[in-house]
Amino acid sequence: MRLLNLLKIAYKAIVLNKVRTLLTMLGIIIGVASVIAMLAIGEGSKESIRSTISSMGSNMITIRPGTDDRGPARGSGGDVQTLTLKNYEVIKDKSTLLSYITPVVNGGGQVISGANNWPSTIYGVNPQYLEIKVVGLQSGSMFTDAEVKSASKVVILGQTVVDNVFPDGQDPVGQMIRFDNIPFKVIGVLEEKGENTFGQDQDDVVIAPYTTVQKRILAIDYLNQIMASAVSEDDAPDAVTEVTEILRSEHKLMDNEEDDFSVRSMEELISTFSSTSEMLTILLVAVASISLLIGGIGIMNIMYVSVKERTKEIGLRMAVGGKGSDILMQFLIEAILISITGGLLGVILGLSATVFIEKFLHWPTSVALYSIIISFAVCAVTGIFFGWYPAKKASALDPITALRYE
Amino acid sequence: MSKEIIKIEDLKREFTMGTETVHALRGISFSIKEGEFVTIMGSSGSGKSTMLNILGCLDQPTSGTYEIDGVSMKDLSRNELATIRNEKIGFIFQSYNLLARTSAIENVELPLLYNSKVSTEERRERAIKALEMVGLGDRLDHTPSQLSGGQQQRVAIARSLVNNPVMILADEATGNLDTRTSYEIMSLFQELNKQGITITFVTHEPDIATFSSRTIVLKDGNIIQDYANNNVQSAADELAKLPKEQD
Repeated sequence: MRLLNLLKIAYKAIVLNKVRTLLTMLGIIIGVASVIAMLAIGEGSKESIRSTISSMGSNMITIRPGTDDRGPARGSGGDVQTLTLKNYEVIKDKSTLLSYITPVVNGGGQVISGANNWPSTIYGVNPQYLEIKVVGLQSGSMFTDAEVKSASKVVILGQTVVDNVFPDGQDPVGQMIRFDNIPFKVIGVLEEKGENTFGQDQDDVVIAPYTTVQKRILAIDYLNQIMASAVSEDDAPDAVTEVTEILRSEHKLMDNEEDDFSVRSMEELISTFSSTSEMLTILLVAVASISLLIGGIGIMNIMYVSVKERTKEIGLRMAVGGKGSDILMQFLIEAILISITGGLLGVILGLSATVFIEKFLHWPTSVALYSIIISFAVCAVTGIFFGWYPAKKASALDPITALRYE
Repeated sequence: MSKEIIKIEDLKREFTMGTETVHALRGISFSIKEGEFVTIMGSSGSGKSTMLNILGCLDQPTSGTYEIDGVSMKDLSRNELATIRNEKIGFIFQSYNLLARTSAIENVELPLLYNSKVSTEERRERAIKALEMVGLGDRLDHTPSQLSGGQQQRVAIARSLVNNPVMILADEATGNLDTRTSYEIMSLFQELNKQGITITFVTHEPDIATFSSRTIVLKDGNIIQDYANNNVQSAADELAKLPKEQD
């Protein structure tokens, strides 16, 4: 019996039971749609994390002081003062894989201009900071190495700070502001970067020479962190190892001692966040897969009913010459047709759900082609798997018994 | 001498019911020649249904030989039996067994669907021809629920004719019909028989037998009577004698 004939028979059976078939498909439709939507959400958030982190500078390496485990109680990271200007100098001199490096000191305070004021964070850095963070200036200019050396009282403002302390829209460059009562001259404004994935406003910053911040504001001689930029993204992991070695020998750590600092590349950060969102995606997909499985069981159930209901028809088909294999194929194709049609509708529903989520919930989504292919393949397999047993049962019926069945 | 369509020799069929063995057929021999119209009669328990199943290649005998159109049934597989049924036998059932919500023409096409030698166009052509033969050429697209009992049985007869079988096998084909309609159906059978189609009609109604050319009577698994009917009644004449239908 030709495949086309079988397809025709299966198609007829489905069309004759439209409502029932649609209800049977519902499980598959919902299953496939949710798998696609969940994967799209997962992929979307992963991509958005990756792009945010990349925009922060994907070559970036940060060195922070570690915990102090010499005392009885561990202090929290960053509390200790193990990172010094001397460390910065040594890393700068010895490392071969870093293109830019800057010491970083930071502290909170109030930015005041005339009657307006705004709480912000001041970052003390050197001019290379802009290259490391991959950010430019929208007006004015960066301070120079000479200004760093002389601990000049000059600042670069982020857009959020500008908006709040110069609400009238006047050009802040050349104006004087005060940060914690110390007067600074504004010499530039940073390009707007907006919020990052973690909801942090990247424009709410004040940038000044690190010498100025160390001496005049914070009165400290250690560093909060050192930021650097690897020669390339690929060199970042090697650069991390290199910096770690330099710092270990500089801190005179024995082989059995833990690092008293931490060196992180953005790549690590990306993979940390990616793996978190990946876990979440797997979880969501697992839940969605269960509904796909339930959909499959629904098909099996309805195929059983269908075989039972059509016992007499099966008997007749056998009497007029249908072989067991013909009957098997007929019911199997019917099951596959139901699951594939359901799968197709599911793909459509899943894609529309994804568009809906993107448009109205503003969640980042990204539909991966593989998710469509996989869920569709799963559908076909579901049809074969759950359709096989009822179909096999139908094909094994005795024509005499089937014909007499009421 | 016309050829033998059916040749049965010392046919036995036994069923095992628990520890008991039921002898449904106890050594039956007969043959049916091309162009005969045979009724097989018998009360329930006579072995009539078992005989029908074996004649229809739905069941196989325990012992003895059965040849249809020169092919021996012995040791044929399920699939080979299905092919024989498809190519050599036309079935007609008491309850018509039409596919519901399926048009007359599609119902008639059904046996040809299982014959890969027949193309789609040929299938349609032959189905239309068969329906015309039974007088339903104008009802090709009617579904069973839009047809009367008699018309449904005509569709079933068309279905049994469509594969050009060597024999039509009818199982109580008029059992569900009123007298008038069953005479109509019988006159159709007689007409088909006149065109040379071999018909075997299994029934327990004695008046049906009067329309056939030969009657075989079964009782307790044996043939007790096998006689030629010298005085074949015309179903069309009987139909005319019936009182006019009241409107």
